[in-house]
Amino acid sequence: MGAVVALDRLLADRTVWRGNAPPRTEAPAQPTGFPALDAVLPFGGWPPASLSEVLTACDGVGELALLWPTLARLTAARRPVVVVGPPYLPYAPAWHLAGVALDHVAVVRADERGALWAAEQCLRSSACGAVLCWPARATDQALRRLQVASETGQALGIAFRPERVADNPSPAALRLRVQGNPRRVQVLKCRGANPPAHSIPLPPFALS
Amino acid sequence: MRWACIVFPHFAVDGVLRQRHPSARPLALLTGPAHKRTVHAVNDEAAARGLKPGQSVQAAQALASDAEWVEFDAAAVARDRELLAAWAYAFSSHVSLVFDDAVVLEVGQSLGLFGPWPVFERRLRQELTDLGFRHRLVAAPNAWAARTLANVHDGVAVDAPHLATALGRVPVEAAGFDANVAHAFARMGLKRLAQVAALPRDAVARRFPPDVLAWVDALRGRVVPLPLYQPPVVFDRRMEFDHEIELSSGLVFPLRRLVRDLAAFVRARDGGVQRFRLVFEHDRHAPTHLDVGLLAPERDAVRLLDVARHRLERIEVNGPVRAVRLVADDLPPFVPPSGDLFEPHAPGALTFDQLRERLRARLGDAQVHGLATDFDHRPERAWRPGRERNEPLAALAEARPGWLLEQPVPLRARVHVLVGPERVESGWWDGDDVRRDYYIVEADDGQVMWVYAAPGERGPFMLHGYFA
Repeated sequence: MGAVVALDRLLADRTVWRGNAPPRTEAPAQPTGFPALDAVLPFGGWPPASLSEVLTACDGVGELALLWPTLARLTAARRPVVVVGPPYLPYAPAWHLAGVALDHVAVVRADERGALWAAEQCLRSSACGAVLCWPARATDQALRRLQVASETGQALGIAFRPERVADNPSPAALRLRVQGNPRRVQVLKCRGANPPAHSIPLPPFALS
Repeated sequence: MRWACIVFPHFAVDGVLRQRHPSARPLALLTGPAHKRTVHAVNDEAAARGLKPGQSVQAAQALASDAEWVEFDAAAVARDRELLAAWAYAFSSHVSLVFDDAVVLEVGQSLGLFGPWPVFERRLRQELTDLGFRHRLVAAPNAWAARTLANVHDGVAVDAPHLATALGRVPVEAAGFDANVAHAFARMGLKRLAQVAALPRDAVARRFPPDVLAWVDALRGRVVPLPLYQPPVVFDRRMEFDHEIELSSGLVFPLRRLVRDLAAFVRARDGGVQRFRLVFEHDRHAPTHLDVGLLAPERDAVRLLDVARHRLERIEVNGPVRAVRLVADDLPPFVPPSGDLFEPHAPGALTFDQLRERLRARLGDAQVHGLATDFDHRPERAWRPGRERNEPLAALAEARPGWLLEQPVPLRARVHVLVGPERVESGWWDGDDVRRDYYIVEADDGQVMWVYAAPGERGPFMLHGYFA
């Protein structure tokens, strides 16, 4: 019996998956800024140095509002945020009002292949706090590359994808589905814990 | 202060010989107008045959009919002087070409880096021999003393306490005075510099031109400002190939040589390079130009090559390449990025500027931009892709969407109005005036949109953004 491994260590290393495992707290937490959401996520927020997916049925149901508190926190700490291949123009006045320090935001425009390359470069470089990308038709392999790049560069990778890929497996550590009417977010997958059964309501848009 | 003077006794000839294969043929440089050609300089073999500078070309030809005759090129000599000054600049920041046939450099402050003087001297001599210039080398406490001692010595290093003795022994004719002045001193019975230095100052000042006294003072160590060599501000180097290069992969090697030279050049100036131009010359086509611009001054050869290669991949070269030229005239000071000593840094990690540089090189300059707000009520103009200055936005009373459509499109979905209208009426002064009523509307599936209609009307709507 030479290969006795302490059970504690196995569990602490997370090589054995346990439902409802207590979160490991070495990496700095990346709170989403929504306490109700942070409470159900195993890392108290976004999984650090990992790829997360945000799935929406259509654009404009609150996917940016979900990210803005995180982006505001990162840019305030002078961590650059790169927006790679956005579907529309990130509108500076609204981002500014949401508290994002625009000095630390860069926008990269590219076609789908160029965007994947750019997103991987940004994640891998260790220079970015977060990288936002829209790999709509990305293969499993491409997503895996992004996940590995996030780990290498210790950066937060956020992939916005259409809702219809929700049933496909994904290497992302966290998958969230944002729905409108009423606005809520549902955790589809979170590495290190069971996804909660209920969805979490999001605050309405500040429209006036 | 301690100065070294390197005198080149055969400068023009060495400049020609170093570009040729060694041979035992006499060689003479000719100068002067066509009807009165004279010998300017000769090599050792020609001197052994009796040729000497100043001879008429007929006399020289009679002495050595098999000699090689080369036209003296003053521009080439000037280029060689620049080359030697640039070479000396690698050892000292105080280099001067004030003397016609010599380079003087301050070596006292370089000793710490290049070792004690005998080691340093050996290295200087070795490199000069490799470059192909014969020389005499003397070190002295000031540049003028070093220059004067180099007339009569080679390989001597004189310290301040012994300077007066050493200078005093220099013959008057070798002391660097004008020929008339030296002759006058000789006729006065003054053989050595010590005797000249002992003359009463007012007598010398009365009987000789003022530069005689100035020269003596400078020899004794009076501080005279020296015009210092400044390295050139433009880098321009060209590589020509024996054959045409057809594949872009074949260009990587010459590109690497040029970029390394450029990096060494800017490093010697303690500067960086922000913009440079590559020119690919073809035999049968117009040259291809490739401008490489960087976000911040850079001087690392690997990074410069990385950027240049990515740029090269994106362009189409007009044809097979015959020569490559690299020109850099924008050489701003280099500010190294400040890093945190204790910050953990993964290997291969880039700074944000280097990352943007890489993205720009591959995707194009305009494809990577920042975000900034601007003072304009027209939604299209309320942002800028700049990053230079970010003015605090005047408090916006109205909500703005996170996504803006660059081109508004007609709205087809069934919606109900949440907020509105907000009248935007602006821009009549620049011909791009806008009169719109903006509404915030919500579709049945919860999508919240920013739409506008003609003033006073509630449809049809144009979709201009999403609240996301």
